[in-house]
Amino acid sequence: MKKLCFYIIISVVIVFMAGCGTESDDDNIVIVYNWGEYIDPDMLELFEEETGIRVVYDEFETNETMFPKVDVGAAEYDVICPSDYMISKMIQNDLLMELDFDHIPNAKQNIGAQYWQQSEGFDPGNRYSVPYCWGTVGILYNKTMVDEPITRWAQLWDEKYKDEILMQDSVRDAFMVAEKMYGYSMNTLNEQELLTARDALIGQKPLVQAYVIDQVRDKMIGNEAAIGVIYSGEAIYTKYENNDLEYVIPEEGTNVWIDSWVILKDAPHKENAEKFIDFMCRGDVALKNFEYITYSTPNEAAKALIEDEEVKNSPIAFPDLSQYDNLETYTYLGEEGDTLYNELWKEVKSY
Amino acid sequence: MKSEKKILAAPYAVWAAIFIIVPLCMILYYGLTDKNGVFTLENILAIAAPGHARALRRSIMLSLISTIICFLLAYPLAMILSEKKKNNSSFIILIFILPMWMNFLLRTLAWQTLLEKTGVINSVLAFLGLPALRIINTSHAIVLGMVYNFLPFMVLPLYNALSKIDENVIHAAKDLGANSIQTFFRIILPLSVPGIISGITMVFVPALTTFVISTLLGGSKVLLIGNVIEQEFTQASNWHLGSGLSIVLMIFILINMVVTALFEKEES
Repeated sequence: MKKLCFYIIISVVIVFMAGCGTESDDDNIVIVYNWGEYIDPDMLELFEEETGIRVVYDEFETNETMFPKVDVGAAEYDVICPSDYMISKMIQNDLLMELDFDHIPNAKQNIGAQYWQQSEGFDPGNRYSVPYCWGTVGILYNKTMVDEPITRWAQLWDEKYKDEILMQDSVRDAFMVAEKMYGYSMNTLNEQELLTARDALIGQKPLVQAYVIDQVRDKMIGNEAAIGVIYSGEAIYTKYENNDLEYVIPEEGTNVWIDSWVILKDAPHKENAEKFIDFMCRGDVALKNFEYITYSTPNEAAKALIEDEEVKNSPIAFPDLSQYDNLETYTYLGEEGDTLYNELWKEVKSY
Repeated sequence: MKSEKKILAAPYAVWAAIFIIVPLCMILYYGLTDKNGVFTLENILAIAAPGHARALRRSIMLSLISTIICFLLAYPLAMILSEKKKNNSSFIILIFILPMWMNFLLRTLAWQTLLEKTGVINSVLAFLGLPALRIINTSHAIVLGMVYNFLPFMVLPLYNALSKIDENVIHAAKDLGANSIQTFFRIILPLSVPGIISGITMVFVPALTTFVISTLLGGSKVLLIGNVIEQEFTQASNWHLGSGLSIVLMIFILINMVVTALFEKEES
C-alpha cells in the first residue's frame, strides 16, 4: 500500500513537471531585454493588442551586467537594446543576427540618416542594429548648491564639493570622465594614460558621495547631491521634476552614445522580434516612448510629431553636436582591454 | 521501517544534490581552472592582489565589529528574556522578529532613506536644531545595516541556550556563596556557550559575505569581498576568478567554524 502511494506521488510529480513544460511552449511571444525604465509600458500593451504577440519583458542596469547573461545563454532572449561598444563586442562574439530590413520597413524610413552614419562606427554597414535612443553623458548640477556654473569635468575634483558629487557606477563612464579631463581618448589603451586616469579617480573618491547608476536621477531631484554625472535623457526628466537642475555637456568633450535594437543569432522568435523592432520604429510609437522616457529619439518621424517647440529645440534632447569639440563614441576594447579596465576600476572601487 | 525512513529523506537528498552539491562542485571546477579549462591556482592566489586583499580585510573587520556589537546588544536582552515569565518573553520576541517578516532588501533600503543627507533622521535633527548625522555611504552605515539585519540571529540562539539553563544550578551556585558576578562568569556564561557559538556563526558568516548592504548603505564606495565576487560574475563575466575568490571566502568561513567548534569542545 505504501509503495503504491509512493508511485502515485512520483507519477503526479512527473505529470506536473511535464505540464509545466508544455505551458511555456507558447510560441507567439517575443522576449525583450531592455534597459530599466526605457520604454513606455503602454506601447508594449499596444504592440500586444495590434499583433497578438505576447511580450515577455526583462530589464538590465548596465551593458556589463547584460552581456554575461546573453553570452552564456543562460536566459533566452530575442530582442536586446545594448549600447554602441557593446553591440560591437556582441558582433565580434558572433551573438547577433544580420537583420532583414525588408521585414523592418519603418527602420530605414524613419530613423535619420545621421544616426545610421554614426552607427557605422560600431556596426559597419548597418547590418545588425537599429538605433532606438541616443544622447550624451554630461554633468547635472543644482544651481542653488554650487557657487559658479559647472562647465568642466575638472570641477568634479574641486574640494569644495566634497560629498556632493555623484559618479556613475559603471566602468566605462567613470573612466571616460577622468580620461576626458586629461584630454585623452575615452577608448585609450595606453597604459600610462590609464594609470593616470585611475589615480585621478582614486584621488576623487573622498569627494564622491556615492557611485550609483539609476539613482543619480532621484538623488538629484531630492537635492541629495549638488553635482552628478548623468545621461542626457535622464536630465530632461529631472529638470521637469526639479527646476534648479541644469545639464551641461562639459568643455573637455564627452561620450555620444547610441542604444540600438539587435536580434540575437539564436533568438527563438525571430519573426516576432522583427515585428517588435518595426513597431518601435513607427513614428507615433517612438514619440510616445520619447515623451515617456525623455531620451533623445533618432526617429525623424517622431521628431516631426513633437508639438512643443521648446522640446523640439531643446539643446539637451536634440543638441547640435557640431558645436562641441572632442565628442567620441565608445568602441569595444577587446577582451584584454575589457579586463584591463575592469582591473583598474576594481582598484579604484576597493581603495 | 528503516527503508521507509530513507524514502522520506529522498526529497531532501535530491534537493541537496541539485542545489548544494552540484553548485559546490561547479564553484570548485570554475575556481580551479582558467578560461581554457586548464587547472590553475591563479584564481585562488588572486586574493593576494592589493584590491582583493583590501576588500577581504575590510569585510573581516566590519563583520567582526558587527558580530561583537550584536553580541553585546543581544546577550543582556536574551538574559532578561530568559528570566521573564513565558508569556511576556514570547511577546517581546515577537516584537523582535516582527521586522523579519518584511523583506531584507526593503528594510535595508529603508535605512538608506532614513540616513540620507536629506533623509528622515536628518530632517528631524535639523528641525530640532541639532547637527546632521553624516554616516550614509561610510563603513559606519554598513556596520549599522549589518547589526540591524543580523541581530535577531544572535538573540534567538542566545535566548534558546539561556532559557535552557536549569534554574536550580543557579540557585545552587548562590547557595554555595557565589555572588551574582561569579554566578554569571562561572555558571551562566559557560552554559550558554553553544548559543554564543551558533549566534556568532549566524551573524559573522552572512556579514562576511554580504554585498547588498555595502552597495545600498555604502554607496558602492566601500567595496567588500562580496561585492568583488558579485562584480566578477555580473560585470566582468569572469566566473573563474569569482569562483576562486568564493573558495577563499569559504575557507575563511570553515576556519571560523573550526575555531568555534574547538572552543566549544574546550568549554565542555
